Amino acid sequence: MRTPLVRWSLLSVSLALALTSCAKGTGGGASATPSAGQFNSGATFQGTISVMGFGATDEIGTTRVDLAKKALGGADVKLIEGDLDIQQFLSSVAAGDPPDIIYANRDEIGTFASRGAIIPLTSCVKGEQIDTSMYGKEALSQVTFGDEVWAIPEFNQVQITMANGDLLKQAGLTIDDVNGSNWDKISAAAEKLYKAPGGKLQVIGYDSKLPEFLPLWAKANGADLLSADGKTAQFNSPQVVKALEFAVGIYDAQGGFAKVKALRDSADFFGKGNQFAKNELGAMPMEQWYVNVLNDVSPKAPLVFDTFRTPQGQPLAYSSGSSWAIPKGSKNAAAACRFAKTMTLVDTWKAAAQARLDKRKAEGKPFTGVLTGNVQADAEIEKMLTSGGPVWDAGVKAFYEANKHTFSLPANPADKEFKTAWQDAVNRVLNGQDKPQPALDKAQRDAQAALDKAWAGWTKRTN
Amino acid sequence: MSRSHSTVSFWRTMRWKDTRAALLFISPWIIGFLIFTAWPVINSAYLSLTDYDVINDPSFVGFDNYKQLFEDPKVGLALRNTALFTVMSVPLHLVVSLALALLLNGATKATGFFRTAFFLPRMTPPVAIGILLLMLFNGQNGLINSFLGVFGIDGPAWTTDPDWVKPGLVLMSLWTVGSSIVIILAALRGVPQELYDSALVDGAGWWRRTLRITVPMISPTLFFLFIVDSIAALQSFTEAYTAFFGSGNTTYSNDAALFYAIYLFQQAFEFLHMGYASALAWLLFIVIMAITGIQILVTRRYVHYEGGQQ
Repeated sequence: MRTPLVRWSLLSVSLALALTSCAKGTGGGASATPSAGQFNSGATFQGTISVMGFGATDEIGTTRVDLAKKALGGADVKLIEGDLDIQQFLSSVAAGDPPDIIYANRDEIGTFASRGAIIPLTSCVKGEQIDTSMYGKEALSQVTFGDEVWAIPEFNQVQITMANGDLLKQAGLTIDDVNGSNWDKISAAAEKLYKAPGGKLQVIGYDSKLPEFLPLWAKANGADLLSADGKTAQFNSPQVVKALEFAVGIYDAQGGFAKVKALRDSADFFGKGNQFAKNELGAMPMEQWYVNVLNDVSPKAPLVFDTFRTPQGQPLAYSSGSSWAIPKGSKNAAAACRFAKTMTLVDTWKAAAQARLDKRKAEGKPFTGVLTGNVQADAEIEKMLTSGGPVWDAGVKAFYEANKHTFSLPANPADKEFKTAWQDAVNRVLNGQDKPQPALDKAQRDAQAALDKAWAGWTKRTN
Repeated sequence: MSRSHSTVSFWRTMRWKDTRAALLFISPWIIGFLIFTAWPVINSAYLSLTDYDVINDPSFVGFDNYKQLFEDPKVGLALRNTALFTVMSVPLHLVVSLALALLLNGATKATGFFRTAFFLPRMTPPVAIGILLLMLFNGQNGLINSFLGVFGIDGPAWTTDPDWVKPGLVLMSLWTVGSSIVIILAALRGVPQELYDSALVDGAGWWRRTLRITVPMISPTLFFLFIVDSIAALQSFTEAYTAFFGSGNTTYSNDAALFYAIYLFQQAFEFLHMGYASALAWLLFIVIMAITGIQILVTRRYVHYEGGQQ
């Protein structure tokens, strides 16, 4: 009775082990980094290249994909749509079956590079003769790690100041009081603009957009959260502490973050009932794409725009965006390189912008531009803009101006832990669990430990 | 002797044939179990002794990950949050389930409609429940605070005040009480009517009948729910993650909602510390085993089995 049972069990275990050991793979088995000779701007490609994390969901996407496909000279393009699933991507690299190219946030590139999940694009850039000077300096620095370019950047997100003109006027204020050029004026404006009859907040005077915009407030106060070499966290410098104290203080003056967030969360952010249209928000810094949203859903809202400014009056914006990277083990690295290059060429962007312009014209709406991450393309597209009236023209002008005054954080191998550390610190302060200085001190220790460990791993891998 | 020997041999052959047939029939499950459960469990034990980031080969680090568990303040925080949530949610879940099941059991009209109505919320995807929490418990315009406002109560900031985040999650967990109601309802149907009739003759009221007959008679079911709900609460993830760490809030988070499973997920799939996450998983396994063992020991004498003690 027992012997066959044991025999069967052994057979099952052996089968299971055999099957699962087949499934297990590591990055070690992937192919070597392609050389410059493998990338040739005159070559044509056959077969199909797989693209993970990109969905050509609008005319900007479809126009560019069509052109990139054409540039491959015969090869087909298979899009694996949806945001990049990091776990899925890394597992595919580990199993030796990655997509040919991925579409990732620029701030993820350092982590992927340091772990050997993607290949450096030095040979790709050289072989395909890609002029990297056309890309925005900050965008390119976000995908440069260990002195090599690891991804081709595209799109740019920047912040500008958005305000409700009617509310400002009623309070005797102007956009200059809330554009960041004078922090005392912002505090005063927030108190003048906010309304909370009976203790219930009805109008947020000024939303400093924490936790996500701490890097912007810190930079405005003269501090970077990360050193230029990406190795040292700089959370607890006096400038960052002061920036956090100020931005949190804005909420405290309006009844506390809890009330502001609750009102913010209950708003119809993307719809006709947005905070500006319903006169529930005085002013805030916000990414430029929201100008297009507001123009679409509430074209008659009483909006006023300006760049976000430093206390010295200079425009300032934190740059972020997407990028194209080639996974280690990509079976069509050369075609992937051509695809990335074509997607980000000036002419490709111009064709995409024309498609958007035509569509907007047909809808009777203005073309408000696209920030491409390519400085030459941006300059060309800026010439194609159509007027939507003085209010919206001012908004578009503001974000094109902001696009010329950006900063970013350098690529690093522990970006997720780095971000989590400072965001946790800000959240602890916002939730009333900690004060800015001790919260940032703790975040500094956590982030530095993560950076040290990740950089040590990179050094070990490259030596 | 010879005949006896051949009889034994016959039965042995038959038994082996039966065993072989039984094993053959359950072999798909055995293979599935070995591949998709046993092997990952064994592998996670190995990975917990390594530094592993999915891409590169695991490197053996001994018990460093387990040592780090005791030095990581977030592990303690996550364990405390999870334990507190479990202590608050499981008894409430049981009491509400029992109360609603008793009500449904006593209903005489439209019983099918009411049972369906109480069970329907159970069909809501957990992610949607997380988003629903943010809407219902919004401190300014949420339905809960609006309702409290009718009575002149200024409701708390459920979604941001660390003192109110867990109570909000506990109340929201009642959204899925439907499945427990159905299970208790089935148990209530099994209580012999004669017991109630005898109690009525003796003059026992509704409350006394419930306490002295109903609860003891369905105690095995309540015990089952107690264990299952406790394990589920200790593994709570989706609703809290969606509301405070995921799509509901991409940058805002709240320490008070950092449950153990959420921290484990962050370490594994956000920071790619698979070795450390495996060690976290083993600690959770041991904690759940220990708590379940204690629950079984402590509650044994309160559970009544009609067929005798199990």
